[in-house]
Amino acid sequence: MTALTITPGASRTLKNHVGLAQTVRNSFSMAGRGLIKMRRTPEQLIDVTVQPIIFTLMFTYIFGGAIAGSVADYLPLLIPGILVQTVVTTSVVTGVQLREDMDKGVFDRFKSLPIARIAPLAGALLADTVRYAIATTLTFAMGFALGYRPEGGLGAVVLAGLLVIVCSWAISWIFAFFGVIARSAASVQGISFLVLFPLTFLSNAFVPVDTLPPFLQWFVNVNPVSHLVTAVRDLANTATFGGDAWISLLGAAIIVAVFAPLTVRAYMKKA
Amino acid sequence: MTHSSDWAVEAHGLVKVFGDNRAVDGVDLSVRTGTVYGVLGPNGAGKTTTIRMLATLLKPDGGDATVFGHDIRREPQIVRQLIGVTGQYASVDETLSATENLMLFSRLNGLSRADARRKSSELLEEFGLSEAATRPLKKFSGGMRRRLDLAASLISQPPLIFLDEPTTGLDPRTRSQMWDTIRRLVATGSTVLLTTQYLDEADQLADRIAVIDRGIVVAEGTAGELKASVGTSSLLLRLADAGSLERARHAILDVLGVESVLTPEAGRITAPMSDPDSVTDLLIRLRADGIAIEELSVQQPTLDEVFLALTGHPADDEAPSPDGTSPDGTSPDGSAPGAPGASGTASTPELETAR
Repeated sequence: MTALTITPGASRTLKNHVGLAQTVRNSFSMAGRGLIKMRRTPEQLIDVTVQPIIFTLMFTYIFGGAIAGSVADYLPLLIPGILVQTVVTTSVVTGVQLREDMDKGVFDRFKSLPIARIAPLAGALLADTVRYAIATTLTFAMGFALGYRPEGGLGAVVLAGLLVIVCSWAISWIFAFFGVIARSAASVQGISFLVLFPLTFLSNAFVPVDTLPPFLQWFVNVNPVSHLVTAVRDLANTATFGGDAWISLLGAAIIVAVFAPLTVRAYMKKA
Repeated sequence: MTHSSDWAVEAHGLVKVFGDNRAVDGVDLSVRTGTVYGVLGPNGAGKTTTIRMLATLLKPDGGDATVFGHDIRREPQIVRQLIGVTGQYASVDETLSATENLMLFSRLNGLSRADARRKSSELLEEFGLSEAATRPLKKFSGGMRRRLDLAASLISQPPLIFLDEPTTGLDPRTRSQMWDTIRRLVATGSTVLLTTQYLDEADQLADRIAVIDRGIVVAEGTAGELKASVGTSSLLLRLADAGSLERARHAILDVLGVESVLTPEAGRITAPMSDPDSVTDLLIRLRADGIAIEELSVQQPTLDEVFLALTGHPADDEAPSPDGTSPDGTSPDGSAPGAPGASGTASTPELETAR
């Protein structure tokens, strides 16, 4: 302690605002923390590791014969669907963990540091893209193991994966918002699944739309998740980046444009 | 004289209202640069809320405050560069190791990766945590956690450090280690604002003390001034041989000039003492008279007594909210101001002679 000397508070030169460069740096530091936490608590990765494997196996063999006539014919339809469903579901965890984090003592320290106010939030969202990448890779790998050979080629599959990750990241802002405003982690989970189930199941992810009753078809066709699923199918199976992909990106942009300011404002109020 | 560099903290009429509870109801504080300032009060008095406002964690509902001349409302980001905050419950990341915590906070403080690594190992060394550096925090003892917490507050070498009940829940040995750490901190030129429920802690560390109750400062001054306002310490004596009780009482009357009281059930003698130093004279006299003692201690006034004297009501009269937690977020069990570690034998080891 003798080696340290404290510069007197009155003789320091200080700024009252945080620049963009520092904001980015702080956010990456916080994302780094998120990654260490993931490594420390691997059980938190169950949803992105076990779920893709189990769901792919289950749906392939349960519905394969009934919906597409054979497993091989169902895979090109199912894998993009299950991919979107798994990764979008994963984005709920962002909100739940954010809530848990904000209730901890360590958040007080983040708030007392001269860092960008947004960094803990941005870092959490950033770190979670790694989860989406894991889920995406595993789902495609599982499909490959079951005999799925995407006709679009590797490049298109990677692009499809990136599209899913970007859209899920956008959707995670919705759950981050719930995470910031909710009182407990359990309630975040509750609200989020209420939103999520209709979105993922009332889509073309698992079944052809024309088998549905008309009122459902209407919802399924406007559901952004359907567009994302179609976009992934087009990319993986025919290597086309079509209208659905653009609609998905547009939808993602709208979600971010609406929920990012909402979340940030609610977060700042508490932070 | 009142140049802005003289004052680390100046607060005027700070108010914070939670619902219909005025947790802080017009607190004034002036902390001189380079000193230790103690904020003393029971659970729920508003200590933590006051600190959280000064540390920019909470927005005040009224009043104003500056840290080294910078307004906590208008220039919060500057204030954050000047302070370190150590919370009541260790504010470090439980899932990270000690090194990872310090690395993270160093990086967030703007240190380069290499500097952050150097700083972290320096601080771990300093706080005796090097061996536990990579161990998960879940296996840390309460004392280790506090030390890590304090280490994390010191990364940016802040000129002002807030310590919120730094020793609550620690055993006496860990507590005195913490006191040593705080003293060394002050020696480097830091200003420390600490809250405590323990009078002896404020007495040991603080240059000035503010006693806070129900959101207002009820008394302010040096430890000596406060104690003088509260009253005298008391002497407690137990003899090896009950047969010499009367002779011992006679010796006390001679040396201290006060009439002592006999507590028959345990054969103990108690007497009020205005000057604890005179216990030495008493011990010499007892030895000269051949009176063997079993136990002797000098007890300082407890926080209960301080409160009774200053506010006219006992400290724990401050009813916490129904669920048992106070607005400070502390549980009532830590509140017992006269707890064994807080006063009596543990607090005044230099006066304690057993056998």
